[in-house]
Amino acid sequence: MSETKPLPVVDFLKIPEDGNPYLEGYRCKKCGSIYLGERNVCSKCFARDEMEVIKLTETGILHSYAIVFRSFPGIDVPYISAIVDLDGGGTIKGNLINIEPDPDKIEFNMPVKITYGDALGRKDKEGNSYLSYFFEPA
Amino acid sequence: MSDVYVMGVDMIKFGRFPDRSVPNIGAEAALMALDDAGLGIQDMQALYCGNLGQANAMVGQRILQEIGQTGMPVVNVANACATGATAFREAWMSIKAGMYDVVLAVGVEQMGKGLLGGAGGGEGIPKEGLLGSGTMPCVFAEAGMEHSKEHGTTFEQFAKISVKNHHHSTMNPKAMYQIETPLDEVMNAEMISYPNTKLMCSVNVDGSAAAVLVSEKKAKELGMGRAVKVRASAMASDPYTDRDLVMPDVNACTRLAAKDAYEQAGIGPEDVNLVELHDCFATAEMLHYENLGLCKDGEAGRMIDEGHVELGGKVPVNVSGGLLSKGHPLGATGIANIYEVCTHLRGEAGARQVQGAKIGMTHVIGLGTACGIHILEKTN
Repeated sequence: MSETKPLPVVDFLKIPEDGNPYLEGYRCKKCGSIYLGERNVCSKCFARDEMEVIKLTETGILHSYAIVFRSFPGIDVPYISAIVDLDGGGTIKGNLINIEPDPDKIEFNMPVKITYGDALGRKDKEGNSYLSYFFEPA
Repeated sequence: MSDVYVMGVDMIKFGRFPDRSVPNIGAEAALMALDDAGLGIQDMQALYCGNLGQANAMVGQRILQEIGQTGMPVVNVANACATGATAFREAWMSIKAGMYDVVLAVGVEQMGKGLLGGAGGGEGIPKEGLLGSGTMPCVFAEAGMEHSKEHGTTFEQFAKISVKNHHHSTMNPKAMYQIETPLDEVMNAEMISYPNTKLMCSVNVDGSAAAVLVSEKKAKELGMGRAVKVRASAMASDPYTDRDLVMPDVNACTRLAAKDAYEQAGIGPEDVNLVELHDCFATAEMLHYENLGLCKDGEAGRMIDEGHVELGGKVPVNVSGGLLSKGHPLGATGIANIYEVCTHLRGEAGARQVQGAKIGMTHVIGLGTACGIHILEKTN
């Protein structure tokens, strides 16, 4: 099998042919609300067909988190499940890595940045690899 | 519009009944509620049945196949953990609408053990543990940590809620567990999702609860006796909030429903003598002290520290033991908490009786999100 490009872990992770991966958002031109994934109607201001596609910023702050010690069978623990407010608007959830999973080490509002990497070795039924996004301290 | 009364209400002792069917478990509570009302299935004009696990399998009709097939209309509802409250509210609405005078609401669930939520599914590869966690203990831990961020709420304060509810359950023979859990035991239990330890997570159990609701006309005909008046029935979904795409918002919809409920009842939080609220995790209960207006924003930690929410306190919360110790059979929970409040208003709660209780509130949250709130009042 030849070397194939990894697939995006979620639809809003974009992997251009030439260039770096990025996260895509949809922003309502009327009220500025930002959504992950394609949509036509704004659920905040109800405007229709006013969405514009944007690149989400790759820096933000840690809004909230939990440290997961028990998950489903086969999932490595512990890990930090993090809610991050992006500097350019929008909120996303993901794993916070490269920091100890210890509440004494993690600070609310700490600056974080998005990094991209292999999806922890997970492959689908066809054997495809995936690219995921992660947060790490900035 | 007619006032609506709970004429009969009951729940089975929650437990694990792997050898029984869902309709069979539901039928037991239905018969108990009918007996409590002094009525028979032939007196019911409609059945509203709440169940989540077999939402596509006509549980209400299968209950009637066990206790009496009268041909009455049956509506099966599913609304996550607000399922039972939704069935009760649909029953309430049918009387409000003038359609019926006597209806039955049943909530029932049979649960497996283990973690709920987060399984992901969908296309590609599993996302659990890759894009954070969708497990319920984690989702509610994240909501609790948001409170910590804003108000400095501590792990110990969250843990105290679990100590309280487990203590309350020692006085409730219908709770799954009747075991004291001291603070160090709660805090040192297996950490599931920080800050929720295993003893700060609700117990997955099987269970059922049912209520007979009647119009004022019918209540007078039957005699008010132990009837309990439904002063408010409110429901809300989650309004738009900035983070709710990734962080299910249990706060905004509770605040919406609570505002509506207080307005319907023409009362304020200070008039409520006891509350059964949705303590699916210890972190969740903390948020709802403020969401339900039991204290000002930022004071929830003090509510637990100073004992205001214990039996004997200003506004006892979850004297049944709550979902943390009584157990949380998803579809049954919203009617079981109505049973609890009615039992206090009737002065029949035994050792855990909230003395002089005249008005009580029930609250459930179904993640996704649905919030159901009922306010109930003693009639005599």
